[in-house]
Amino acid sequence: MLKKHSLFCLLVFTSLFLQAQDKYYTKTGKIEFSSKAPMEDIEAKNKTVAAILDTQTGAVQFSVLMKGFEFPKALMQEHFNENYIESDKFPRGEFKGRITNNQNVDYTKDGTYPAEINGKLTIHGVTKDIKTTGTIKVTGSKIDATSVFTVLLSDYNIKIPSLVKDKLSNNIKVTVDCKLEPLK
Amino acid sequence: MNHKAIFLLLVVILPVTYVNAQDEDLLKLIGNDSVKKEYVDASFKSSRVIMSHSIEMLRPGVLDFRILHRFGTVSGGIYEFFGLDGPATVRLGLDYGLTNNISFGIGRSAYKKELDGFLKYRLLHQATGPKSSPVSIVGVAGMTYAADTITKRYHTSDRFAFYWQALIGRKFSETFTLQLMPNVLHKNIVSQGQDNDILAGGIGGRLKLTKRISVNVDYYYVINQVDGIRNPLSVGFDIETGGHVFQLHFTNAKGINERAFLAETIDDWSAGDIQFGFNISRAFQLKKKKSL
Repeated sequence: MLKKHSLFCLLVFTSLFLQAQDKYYTKTGKIEFSSKAPMEDIEAKNKTVAAILDTQTGAVQFSVLMKGFEFPKALMQEHFNENYIESDKFPRGEFKGRITNNQNVDYTKDGTYPAEINGKLTIHGVTKDIKTTGTIKVTGSKIDATSVFTVLLSDYNIKIPSLVKDKLSNNIKVTVDCKLEPLK
Repeated sequence: MNHKAIFLLLVVILPVTYVNAQDEDLLKLIGNDSVKKEYVDASFKSSRVIMSHSIEMLRPGVLDFRILHRFGTVSGGIYEFFGLDGPATVRLGLDYGLTNNISFGIGRSAYKKELDGFLKYRLLHQATGPKSSPVSIVGVAGMTYAADTITKRYHTSDRFAFYWQALIGRKFSETFTLQLMPNVLHKNIVSQGQDNDILAGGIGGRLKLTKRISVNVDYYYVINQVDGIRNPLSVGFDIETGGHVFQLHFTNAKGINERAFLAETIDDWSAGDIQFGFNISRAFQLKKKKSL
């Protein structure tokens, strides 16, 4: 009876352990975005992105506090929060998706793997399907996930007043760079 | 044994369902939703309500160039083109944000050829989350120096006046902000029988109509008011266009610094003796953040 119990416990623990190693996360991921317009280039950086990747299923999720974006100019940051992204109403941006070619990524072997990502991006209270590519770099027990894609402000119901048309582009280049560690 | 079987079943099934649930929102695993202290900003569109200082501070490294302009009284009618013919008065000012909580500024008004300077310090910053203050409290200390040669004075010190102000304000919602402004104004010289110290209580607020436009009201009740002097009241719109904030308003205060509008406002709203005025604020970022 005792033997049975300990065997059972061992099974449970191993399964838990395996479970834990499937998931990788960070709370200090980076997201940058930039807008190139005739009169002004705008860049902002957020270094407090929460991200999690389930290597078993390829599921990925990101969450970012809009107020955490830092701009070189203070006024830009205020206008970003106040006038465009309305971060009091919509404090977070989120992505929920899946690495569609997850079976091609060998998380146990060091290397750089191309990834195709499909999912839903929520910004400014609007959710849109997006499809993008990225890379998964495996180094030992660490995963570096990067991706670059473009979002259109008009897709997310963010209006550009005609007065600032020359200063703000509708095409925003988003760069994601997250160094993930095993979730214990 | 039967009990054991059920127990086993539970132990196996429960974690499985749990794991499935986690799949839906993986972020919960890493405690994504911790509540952090977050400062409340953008209580006003600029560092002034209309006449008065607002609880809004300039960010570090921001230079704010302010052009304040008041036309003649509207009651002049069509002959004076409702005050646009003048006589107009103007104050040019430069404010600078030294740190998040300290700003200072200088200005010069045409009225009495007056120079003024102030120091503004935020003691408390409204925030949300744990251990946060429900209001912002800002202290302002300033002085004015009248350089005109028309007013009769005996000593250089007679040209000076000083003011101390506390701004206690709260951004109640995304659209509504209100602040109270107890104020002491000390004039080095006054007419016989008048107090050197003028005590006043002010109230200022704004209501946002759209993301970029708000209605502002700015009023002072002067406690030991001198005969013939009125309480200053300004009502207007803030229009923000990116780098500029335009404050278009009506006011009965001709003077554009604290001494002038508290102690020398003679026009009366009820007689239509108000003037159209505008403030233009243009912010320049002199020092950019290094970390970026």
